[in-house]
Amino acid sequence: MKTKAFQRIYTKISKITKATCEIKASGVRYGELAWVNDRPAQAISVTNDSVTLQVFAGTEGIASKSEVVFSGMPPTLNVSDLLAGRFLDGYGDPIDGGPKLVGEKRLINGPAVNPVKRAKPSTLLATGIAGIDLNNTLVTGQKIPFFADPDQPYNQVLAEVAMRAEADKIILGGMGLSNDDYLFFKNTFANAGVLDKIVSFINTSEDPPLERLLIPDMACTAAEYFANDQQQNVLVLLTDMTLYADALAIVANKMDQIPSKDSMPGSLYSDLASIYEKSIQFVHGGSITIIAVTTLNEGDITHAIPDNTGYITEGQLFLKHDTDIGKVIVDPFRSLSRLKQNVIGKKTREDHPQVMNALIRLYADSVEANTNRENWFDLN
Amino acid sequence: MTKGKVAGVVSNLITIEAEGPVTQNEICLILSEGKRLKAEVIKVKENIASAQLFESSRTIKIGSEVEFTGRMLEVELGPGILSKRYDGLQSDLSKMGGMIIDMGEVTAPVVEDKLYTFKPLAKAGDRVKAGDWLGSVQENWVDHKIMAPFNLEGEYKVVSVAEPGQYKITDVMATLLSEDKEKLPVTMRQRWPVKLAINRFDNKLRPYNILQTGLRVIDTFNPIAEGGTGYIPGPFGTGKTVLQQAIAKNSQADIVIIAACGERANEVVEIFTEFPQLTDATTGRKLDEKITIICNTSNMPVAAREASVYVGMTLAEYYRNMGLKVLMLADSTSRWAQALREMSNRMEELPGPDAFPVELPATIANFYSRAGLVVLNNGQTGSVTFIGTVSPAGGNFKEPVTESTSKVARCFYALSQKRADAKRYPAIDSLASYSKYLDYPEFITDADANIQSGWTQLVKRAKDLVRTGIEAKDQINILGDDAVPIAYHIGFWKSEVIDFALIQQDSFDDVDMNTPLERQKYMLNKVMEIGDKNFTFSDFEEVGTYFKKLINLLKQMNYSAFKSPGFEKYENELDQVLLSNQVTMQEENSQVV
Repeated sequence: MKTKAFQRIYTKISKITKATCEIKASGVRYGELAWVNDRPAQAISVTNDSVTLQVFAGTEGIASKSEVVFSGMPPTLNVSDLLAGRFLDGYGDPIDGGPKLVGEKRLINGPAVNPVKRAKPSTLLATGIAGIDLNNTLVTGQKIPFFADPDQPYNQVLAEVAMRAEADKIILGGMGLSNDDYLFFKNTFANAGVLDKIVSFINTSEDPPLERLLIPDMACTAAEYFANDQQQNVLVLLTDMTLYADALAIVANKMDQIPSKDSMPGSLYSDLASIYEKSIQFVHGGSITIIAVTTLNEGDITHAIPDNTGYITEGQLFLKHDTDIGKVIVDPFRSLSRLKQNVIGKKTREDHPQVMNALIRLYADSVEANTNRENWFDLN
Repeated sequence: MTKGKVAGVVSNLITIEAEGPVTQNEICLILSEGKRLKAEVIKVKENIASAQLFESSRTIKIGSEVEFTGRMLEVELGPGILSKRYDGLQSDLSKMGGMIIDMGEVTAPVVEDKLYTFKPLAKAGDRVKAGDWLGSVQENWVDHKIMAPFNLEGEYKVVSVAEPGQYKITDVMATLLSEDKEKLPVTMRQRWPVKLAINRFDNKLRPYNILQTGLRVIDTFNPIAEGGTGYIPGPFGTGKTVLQQAIAKNSQADIVIIAACGERANEVVEIFTEFPQLTDATTGRKLDEKITIICNTSNMPVAAREASVYVGMTLAEYYRNMGLKVLMLADSTSRWAQALREMSNRMEELPGPDAFPVELPATIANFYSRAGLVVLNNGQTGSVTFIGTVSPAGGNFKEPVTESTSKVARCFYALSQKRADAKRYPAIDSLASYSKYLDYPEFITDADANIQSGWTQLVKRAKDLVRTGIEAKDQINILGDDAVPIAYHIGFWKSEVIDFALIQQDSFDDVDMNTPLERQKYMLNKVMEIGDKNFTFSDFEEVGTYFKKLINLLKQMNYSAFKSPGFEKYENELDQVLLSNQVTMQEENSQVV
């Protein structure tokens, strides 16, 4: 039970939509967490005496005389070293059967780090995957998504990167994860014997879609604890950000907001940026690196979600099914790591840039030769 | 002072019940948990004011007290602005204490206790108007003018000006007397509302002379004039920011103001760490000394996006009034437009295309028109040249921000995904891009006199060669290498010479990154010598081999210091290779294409 003694209970809900409900209440803050019939909800619009709550678990079965209780605070996460090894839901509550989290209560989605206090990211993040390390070298403190079609094994690739990368902590934020993929991640971590350095915030496709909205902020808050307080190198994995954006669109729609491109809310850029910009290289050595997944619709990167993502992140890794070799590869043409200049040839082999350029050129030549052959030209 | 109470919060839109008169665009302070959070009034309806909050609204409660300041969003103007890193509201970021920017944290834009060496320029008895120079101090290497306050109306008489010496910005540097015999003390510091242009000059001219950026594809092919406007739209990954940073590093402007508006924090960090190490090619001083950066990165409060570009422009206008050449860069104006869209949407206004506010084109036009070349009251000139980047949604230029900008900006630098994919940097498509200044009679006359006679004509011929080359390449691709006349291959390779020797430029090479106009003139003439020359080849494979040799030599020249022995060695070699391919009279007659 979330209620405490002497809390005011409101029982007069004036409006219910599929995702929100409205209630007359006073002294409420914007962003405050509340419970509607014990279902977590958040205040997303506050006027004189009326509050609109987005009910994360959905409003099915909510009666107009349901009990509403306000917590007096926006969503928080209890941070401590005890986070390590835990599987949690979007509210930071355990789903692994373990004890409740204890620790310092931190607001999620905190304010920005002063840009003059950031360090320039320039430490190599090796993944052991040639398509990344050679052509699209990653750097700690970077943010980069995999752009992948839904049928591609992006979660497997993500797990592979996580297992091979040298990170002190790995925070997994799963949004709309299929139960199979959730178990896959869990087994992979368990088999590798690294459970003690993993923290997972999981919303599966069986959970209410709006709960996804909390996952990235929870993951980043945990990451900030380890990276800033403990000065560790933290890798954050977010999959799948497209489903996160879809949840944003649902709320915007129920709030009667006018949609912009592709039915997405006008604030999509800022919403995504507030998450991705949590990636950082601290001067004291700690870092947060974010590797996300954005699923595409038939490779369409002009859709608002990948498009806004591309403007925010420092490059993108395109997964492509190469029909010639029957394998999924990191597309050497369309992928890009914007921060690779900071490390290649400096932290890696001296001739790394030359080798990389030569290989890309050779690959391009072979693709062109293939096209020419298909067009019945003589090869020269 | 009017007071009020918070009546509603939706994200960063605050509705306030005011107890007295309220002015549109007035700044109000919301008292919350002992902090005073700044917000700007953007709508008034009866006693209800809607304000956009420049902070996170998380602590604000219904009923929180509000103070209306009676002033619009203002910047502080005075010596000490250069080399600063400001947030979107002109707080000095380097003076903030913590790692994290605290809610409502404000720091002073300029230091009050620093001493500046003052030299008087006006004397007692002079008659002055707003913006006229009273004296000057040294700020870094810039002669920073102390001006009669911009908010003066009519003429004032100078009663006294301070003696040469060391003064603080708060000291009274001059006393003026109004026509109503009212005395007005003038310090080095004044304030100005950012949404209003500083129009304290005699008249605005049509831009006529080139502002050198050191980039060949701009200066030679699509030059931007001093006091001109330009925009750079491009999909992500095509190098908008890298290009703008290259312009900031190499331009011959006296002052550069950069507004990093809603972009990546790591890009700003790169400027912070890199620029202080660089030397300004024109003055030999530290580049950082002439640069001010206003940054509102994408994770900083959205409402301050709009403020950041206006703050930048106002600072630019301030230095322009000192008779300086100011370059203002904004990256990216689309983020500002998106911030406007978010607010418009929360206020439930009827939307224009793509849910942007209907007044967007007017807002953009108004902002771009603040650039310009002006004649000051004392006859000297000053200029603000503005270049903004645009991030078109989906890389499609048919969207409201790109379209609205295209109507007002005189230069267009199209970044092409194809060139970026082919790693041909800068990825500017020289044909799709344009500079309307190339058609200005004033500009043509000025180029004839100061660069070389017939310069703009030569540039146009170079563009024609590129166009012909691209058409030839299309034909070759369709028909096959050996099915087209050799002249097609020659045409294509001539355009490749222009591409590799002039358009492409290595922004990571110390020599190649910055090409002064004198050198660009030499290169264009050299390359056009090749473009105008007739060649003879027996088959198409020879053409490629021969031209690759030329391109290689030209690139080596680009990488060598101008007129150095190394440069001259490659130049001689190039001349030899050119001489080795001579066309007989007979062949020449048969080669007319």
